[in-house]
Amino acid sequence: MYEQLPALMILVPFTAAPVCVVFRHALASWVIALAASLFSLFAAWQVLEHVRTVGIIRYKVGGWAAPSGIEYYIDTLNASVLLLVSGISCIVLVYAYRSVIKQVPLAKHYLFYTAWLMCMSGLLGIVITGDAFNVFVFLEVSSLATYMLISMGSDRRALTASFRYLIMGSVGASFILIGIGFLYAATGTLNMIDISERIPNSESQRAVLVAFSFICIGVMIKAAIFPLHAWLANAYTYAPVAVTAFLAGTATKVSLYVLLRFFFSIFGYEYSFGQLLLNGVLLPAAVAGFILMSLVAVYQTDLRRMLAYSSVAQLGYIVAGISLASQAGLTAGIVHILNHALVKSALFMAVGCIIYQVGHAHRPSFDDLFKRMPFTCIAFIIAGLGLIGVPLTVGFISKFALIEASMDRGWWLIAALILVSSLMAVVYIGRVVEVMLFRQSRTSTPEVSGMSEAPLSMLAPMYLLIVIGLYFGINGDATLSLAGEAAEQLLGGF
Amino acid sequence: MNPLWTLVPPLAVIPFILFFGEKRKNLREASIIVAGLALLLINNLIYNDLVAGGTPQSGEFAIMANYSLKLSAEPMGVIFGLLASFLWVVTTVYSIGYMRGHHEINQTRFYTCFALALAAVMGAAYADNLLTLFVAYEVITISTFPLVTHAGGEAARKAGKVYIGILMSTSIAFLLPAIIWTTVVSGSMDFVPGGVLTGAGLSNGSLAFLLALFVFGIAKSGLMPFHRWLPAAMVAPTPVSALLHAVAVVKTGVFSLLKIVTYTFGIDLVTISGAAYFLLPVAGFTIIAASIVAFTKDNLKARLAYSTIGQLAYIVLAALLATVMSVSGGVLHIVMHAFGKITLFFCAGAILVALHKSEISKLNGIGRRMPITMGCFFIGAVSIIGLPPAGGAWSKLLIAGGSLETGTIVWAMILMFSTLLNIAYLLPIPLRAFLKPDPDLKPGERATMQEAPFACLWAIMLTTITCLVLFLYPAPLTDLIGMIQWR
Repeated sequence: MYEQLPALMILVPFTAAPVCVVFRHALASWVIALAASLFSLFAAWQVLEHVRTVGIIRYKVGGWAAPSGIEYYIDTLNASVLLLVSGISCIVLVYAYRSVIKQVPLAKHYLFYTAWLMCMSGLLGIVITGDAFNVFVFLEVSSLATYMLISMGSDRRALTASFRYLIMGSVGASFILIGIGFLYAATGTLNMIDISERIPNSESQRAVLVAFSFICIGVMIKAAIFPLHAWLANAYTYAPVAVTAFLAGTATKVSLYVLLRFFFSIFGYEYSFGQLLLNGVLLPAAVAGFILMSLVAVYQTDLRRMLAYSSVAQLGYIVAGISLASQAGLTAGIVHILNHALVKSALFMAVGCIIYQVGHAHRPSFDDLFKRMPFTCIAFIIAGLGLIGVPLTVGFISKFALIEASMDRGWWLIAALILVSSLMAVVYIGRVVEVMLFRQSRTSTPEVSGMSEAPLSMLAPMYLLIVIGLYFGINGDATLSLAGEAAEQLLGGF
Repeated sequence: MNPLWTLVPPLAVIPFILFFGEKRKNLREASIIVAGLALLLINNLIYNDLVAGGTPQSGEFAIMANYSLKLSAEPMGVIFGLLASFLWVVTTVYSIGYMRGHHEINQTRFYTCFALALAAVMGAAYADNLLTLFVAYEVITISTFPLVTHAGGEAARKAGKVYIGILMSTSIAFLLPAIIWTTVVSGSMDFVPGGVLTGAGLSNGSLAFLLALFVFGIAKSGLMPFHRWLPAAMVAPTPVSALLHAVAVVKTGVFSLLKIVTYTFGIDLVTISGAAYFLLPVAGFTIIAASIVAFTKDNLKARLAYSTIGQLAYIVLAALLATVMSVSGGVLHIVMHAFGKITLFFCAGAILVALHKSEISKLNGIGRRMPITMGCFFIGAVSIIGLPPAGGAWSKLLIAGGSLETGTIVWAMILMFSTLLNIAYLLPIPLRAFLKPDPDLKPGERATMQEAPFACLWAIMLTTITCLVLFLYPAPLTDLIGMIQWR
């Protein structure tokens, strides 16, 4: 049983999903989803422990050896992303219970949790597998489930948002599929390790080049890297807010993992950054992303949309770290994947609490928010400080690492632009906090001055994320050493 | 004594403040005073250790692989720690009188944030490296925000926006990259006598740029053009203005700067490289401009705020001149100005509580009604101006002397000119109070005493006497300053 955990981690939620459909009961499917998530979390924890103490896991699915069978390949990088995805899923599921009751019709609840489980197992599958085609399969599993989750938003615009994402996501997935096809043509294998070994000796370097380009664009769409981010804002805004909190912490992060895995492990660092100058593509996109999207975020009035654009900006930091392509830069990028997931999920959960009580997330229409929902507001402020990068929060750790890495390489301009973008984060978070603290009720009826806080089952998981965030902000070494290990493995190839 | 102990009293008192709350306010405030005295005692023990030749320091707490939080005591820090803890006790006594006399709301929140800010000030005072200093700096900014916006409403909202906007933006945009840059080139964040940047391979131009990042990044020192937060913060209750904006917050700014000049750059490096060449005029300009603006302010607290900006620029100037004498003067001025300015703020608050007056033009003749307050105001003003027999004379003398050491006379001239301006905008206030007739009195009627609550008066008299004592007996301070390792 113990050595089968890598497979069970995927299989348990994957098979739990149809069980929910069998029950067709809201509470039962929630319990099943939570239990399956908890199991995955436990498995991911064990796997990470194993990877860090014993070494890399190469698990043969069904006992079939690598080139013909599918192999799961787990090193520090994907073990930590597995832990992140399953952890966020657990925490947000607890939160989702009350939130979904308000936002999704009761008859659809079992479908909601079914899709959730499919989405999570798809994401876990993308991360865990060592087979290039398997990545595509799981990508489709998670994407289809995601379209469904987004379309369940109470706003009718959720449908168009979901459809738009479906189009963009399918284009991205097709690009990845085409890329994998070319890789197969060039190397004759789908196993990642085999591909990486055969690429340098492949006779058709042109096919490799084409594969590289297709995968690059495909992944950039799925990861919502500027300027291919257009689907993200609407999807995050109109999806049920629990879904947004879950996706913000996992979906784009998993796509970034795919980017890292393909460009560092499979194509290899020298090929991607030495020969093809991938950073020539990624870096301008990243910088333009974090500057422009932070600027756009400043002018948003809907908190979800503001945070969505902020997400694109923060992804820009991660990509900037990656395109530094140094040990320090990669470490900074990976640590920000983890840190930003914690912060952004917490922020969306806080917005979800506001929506739960107030009914909307339109900043100019709030009043007396701090008086009514002090705990939610404090959570938003703490997480917001994390987003800005104030010391003792996770944001500080990753920002410090990122600026240090870019100064180390002599990229002064990049360091300066990162700071400029942080200042914009001060502005857009500050605007919300200002309204929270100081906007007084404009209606003449003062009787609504009592506290009307979100239910405990929403507050508790939100504060759990906040506390985890503060812990990793104070003990930044824990995540940094993890990311450093992962970066070392990535730069070393398979 | 481990400097970590200094964090204990201000943090440990917070649960007590929250527990006692509004209902048992005597116990609440008694617990703060006990904590304040304990803090003073701890600082005094650290002082004894240092004088006995020890180096009190804490363990390291690594928040990133090579970077850790660490506290250690050196002479400047001990001076600042003693100062802040002493004034915390005095201010608490004062605010008991003020907050009750003025019927302020949310006093529990007020005292809680106050204690938190004090803990952060202790962290800054004993910071052993730039990271610790930065953390403390940001905690001070955030924990004082609720104090600045204490009153609520539109004015507080605007002030809070300016306050947090300037302080946080400059620290992120300038101070943080300066710290990381220093670390990248020198491989060290620690405060070391003689600095870490000598031989780090930075050109003179880069050094000047780095120093500028530090100087402007520490906007708490109120250097123009990033000074707007200080007058904005004057909407806070007077005890906050007094302790935090005349002492703790702004002094953390200039203290950080002095520490960085001494222990990160090293005063020799600043002089040799000419890194301060373009910054000295900024400090000089701030000194003069702030004094002139102070003239135009009729609101007493606003005038004092601009006076503070000018006085802080003295210390910035002293740090940038980077001679042993000027930096010593700067450290001394932290203390001297603190006692002088807190006296003035206390008086302003006392006038507000007793007579509900905040404009200078309305103060005619109030010296008859509040003789003790206005007498103390006079002595505090003398100290700020830098005249004997008040302590401010010594520090101004040292800074002026230090500026002459550099071989140019222009900075000394600016200091003297600013002294004249100080006289012109500060002394008319007590003169107006004592010499002009009281418009509220009918001819022939005698004024009755209308002093502020006793707790306020007690605090005012204590700080005033200290101003005088520091003139007659500055030896403990100067001895401590003499212990600073410059190289």
